[in-house]
Amino acid sequence: MYRILSKATLTPVTTEYVIEAPEIARKAQAGQFVIVRVTEHGERIPLTIADNDIEAGTITIVAQEIGATTQRMKQLSPGDSLASFTGPLGRPSEMENYGNVVLVGGGLGIAAIHPICRSLRAAGNHVIAIIGARTGELLFWEERMRAVTDELIVVTDDGSYGRKALTTIPLKELCEEREIARVWGVGPAIMMKFVALTTKPYGVKTIVSLNSVMVDGTGMCGACRVSVGGRTFFACVDGPEFDAHQVDWDLLFSRQRYYLEEEKRALELFQKEQIKSGQEDAR
Amino acid sequence: MATVNQGQTARHAMPAQDPAVRAHNFNEVALGYTHEMAVEEALRCIQCRRPLCITGCPVQVRIPEFIKALREGDMWQSVAYLKDHNSLPAICGRVCPQETQCEQQCVLGRRGEPVAIGRLERFVADWERQQGIRIPEVAPSNGKRVAIVGSGPAGLTAAGDLAKKGYQVDMLEALHAAGGVLIYGIPEFRLPKSVVAAEIDYVKQLGVNIRQNIVIGKLYTMDELLQEYDAIFLGTGAGLPIMMNIPGENLNGVYSANEFLTRVNLMKAFDFPNWDTPVRVGERVAVVGAGNVAMDAARCSLRLGAREVHIVYRRSRDEVPARAEEVEHAEEEGVIFDFLTNPVAVLGNEQGTVAGLRCIRMALGEPDESGRRRPVPEEGSEFELAMDTVIMALGTRPNPLVFTEALGLQRSRQGTVVADHTTGRTTQERVWAGGDIVTGAATVISAMGAGRVAANDIDAYLSGGCASPWAPEEN
Ligand SMILES: Cc1cc2nc3c(=O)[nH]c(=O)nc-3n(C[C@H](O)[C@H](O)[C@H](O)COP(=O)(O)OP(=O)(O)OC[C@H]3O[C@@H](n4cnc5c(N)ncnc54)[C@H](O)[C@@H]3O)c2cc1C
Ligand SMILES: Cc1cc2nc3c(=O)[nH]c(=O)nc-3n(C[C@H](O)[C@H](O)[C@H](O)COP(=O)(O)OP(=O)(O)OC[C@H]3O[C@@H](n4cnc5c(N)ncnc54)[C@H](O)[C@@H]3O)c2cc1C
Ligand code: SF4
Ligand code: SF4
Ligand code: FES
Repeated sequence: MYRILSKATLTPVTTEYVIEAPEIARKAQAGQFVIVRVTEHGERIPLTIADNDIEAGTITIVAQEIGATTQRMKQLSPGDSLASFTGPLGRPSEMENYGNVVLVGGGLGIAAIHPICRSLRAAGNHVIAIIGARTGELLFWEERMRAVTDELIVVTDDGSYGRKALTTIPLKELCEEREIARVWGVGPAIMMKFVALTTKPYGVKTIVSLNSVMVDGTGMCGACRVSVGGRTFFACVDGPEFDAHQVDWDLLFSRQRYYLEEEKRALELFQKEQIKSGQEDAR
Repeated sequence: MATVNQGQTARHAMPAQDPAVRAHNFNEVALGYTHEMAVEEALRCIQCRRPLCITGCPVQVRIPEFIKALREGDMWQSVAYLKDHNSLPAICGRVCPQETQCEQQCVLGRRGEPVAIGRLERFVADWERQQGIRIPEVAPSNGKRVAIVGSGPAGLTAAGDLAKKGYQVDMLEALHAAGGVLIYGIPEFRLPKSVVAAEIDYVKQLGVNIRQNIVIGKLYTMDELLQEYDAIFLGTGAGLPIMMNIPGENLNGVYSANEFLTRVNLMKAFDFPNWDTPVRVGERVAVVGAGNVAMDAARCSLRLGAREVHIVYRRSRDEVPARAEEVEHAEEEGVIFDFLTNPVAVLGNEQGTVAGLRCIRMALGEPDESGRRRPVPEEGSEFELAMDTVIMALGTRPNPLVFTEALGLQRSRQGTVVADHTTGRTTQERVWAGGDIVTGAATVISAMGAGRVAANDIDAYLSGGCASPWAPEEN
């Protein structure tokens, strides 16, 4: 169960995995996520469902190697299995024919907006996506995104690929020039905050996918607490999508950082293990 | 026989780890009777003709009979009597609130100390496990399929009973490990996970197919299960944490007891970084509430290195709902009890992390609906406690996730499922429920009992054809 069927390096820091999970593939909807445990001693981490194939019985996830769990996952090869893979979790994105919609995917967020774009298009919307990264090397899925959008705008912070701009620049232009019914922003929390600030003056309803720290992903622990419109919600069951203009961003930032020290320790331990096993291999 | 002394000798104390040592390890606190101690304690029972102890047990364990077999050395017979009504004796012997149940009713308690029924139950069950559990004969398959949702004591019992009767049983569990609260909530030092593992192994050997990582309401809805199975038993417990809704509750360092205990017990954060999941316990910890959950959180905090752990409780000592033994053990280990104290706000520092707890003193007023005296705040008595970690252990409610699109299921205002206590039947045909999902947070033994009641009724319903209409009284 939960076998890795294929694995592809998308950028120096992101990897795409296709996982055998026929039951989840049948149920998955845009906006939902899975909780993954890589090894028996592993942490439970949430990863967005980036694609699902009902016929093949697979789920595609894209992970950015930022810490021990995601790096350990990268060590696995096709044929290996994950210790657990639970989903689909979270509420699906609200689907309607809104008209013109803009989806902003920053870095990893590109994978997350992919299924949302596809569903919105199937629902009859005119789908415009803005995908961006710090530099060209970190961009991925451009062709795949073109296939699920009506217009695709590619930007990089340093201009090494596509237009040199932050994702919020074309977003602002679109809000100025066209009638935009709804905006989605998925990516690093700081980018989502700026997406929210960008659309606010135009009164465009904006949805973000909040990546708070999670444990179970089923509403039983409250680790994922976020504050939206002055009320506390559990992001895993009440979200992860919320109204961007009502999110308490500072709370999200602060709660995301609570375990930095432990995360650093776990990463150091993992790297030491790697060096050790590398030395043993060399012998 | 030493019948003259029966009932007069003192109750045998439970050997336990030294408090100063155990406050720093996760090994079991209560070590268990030796065979001699068990026989001596068993000899205290006067074998009442009308045993009141049984009336105090929610599942009517055959107490005098299992005790008699034990002292006569017929251990397998003792096991048989015990398991006739209780499928999880090794667990219940350890965690039942005996002092308000069987032992409260024991006649010896009127003039001295009651028979240590729970400890004897544990002894007999542990003896059985050491012998290697015997798997009873399983009836030939009757081709009918039952889904058990949730793998806590209610689900485990219903699953085991139905498998024995020849049903094909799939147990569907949301987490990656089976056992419910027994595995994610109650800590190792009170209920070793090897004891729980043996029970799970037992139901597996009876042929139950346990499927983890299946969240009902998400991966499958109840309606989809009804198409697939002849019957469904819902034993999803009461897993939704209740928070206080006071300022500062979302600060870093404020945990729900569920999150804290899940990190520590299920995810083994006490062994970080060998296990990946972290948990943070500061020097000073406040646990709000005084039930078993609060005691467990407080005692885990000590074991994780906290220097000072407070139980903050708005009522007085007399109202503490936790098992007496847990309160005693917590006190011996150095947990500080702040009674008649209620938090009004969590205070934070610039980093958004807990720095303290603002509390108000309470006084006991008139009795409320529960018959307990209602705590009322004393005006102007606010004060602050410096704290690094705050754990909210105020109780739990059923998690509504399982009810997604399950429109036929009637629920109470508290979010529990309406079910007949004598059958486990809900308002939706072919769906039974039992345990905390019906009662709200209660006990292991009552959940076990509800699982058994439902299993019997599921069998009666599925094998009895139309002899048993779904809701006879309803019109
Ligand atoms: C709904 C949701 C969807 C997500 N989708 C994706 C995705 O598709 N691809 C992807 O690469 N990442 C995704 N993330 C973030 C991902 O979960 C974290 O990057 C991952 O947990 C990091 O684990 P680590 O051990 O490698 O790093 P660590 O070093 O442990 O952590 C690095 C940072 O990741 C965050 N994090 C750590 N543990 C958790 C946790 N248990 N839950 C949530 N965040 C955590 C924290 O902010 C932390 O500072 C998503 C998060 C959420 C909440
Ligand atoms: C920390 C703590 C200490 C306790 N101490 C004691 C004690 O000393 N003595 C005592 O008698 N009682 C004690 N209790 C109470 C006792 O544990 C519970 O009453 C009992 O476990 C309830 O059993 P249950 O089978 O109804 O549910 P649970 O044990 O809660 O099990 C429910 C299971 O269902 C799963 N589930 C939930 N939703 C879904 C879903 N949608 N799909 C699939 N699976 C799902 C859960 O993951 C869980 O595994 C304690 C409880 C806690 C939390
Ligand atoms: S199950 Fe619990 S209440 Fe019943 S006899 Fe055993 S310890 Fe006592
Ligand atoms: S009431 Fe006490 S003494 Fe009497 S049978 Fe029960 S355990 Fe024995
Ligand atoms: S992750 Fe536990 S409640 Fe959301």
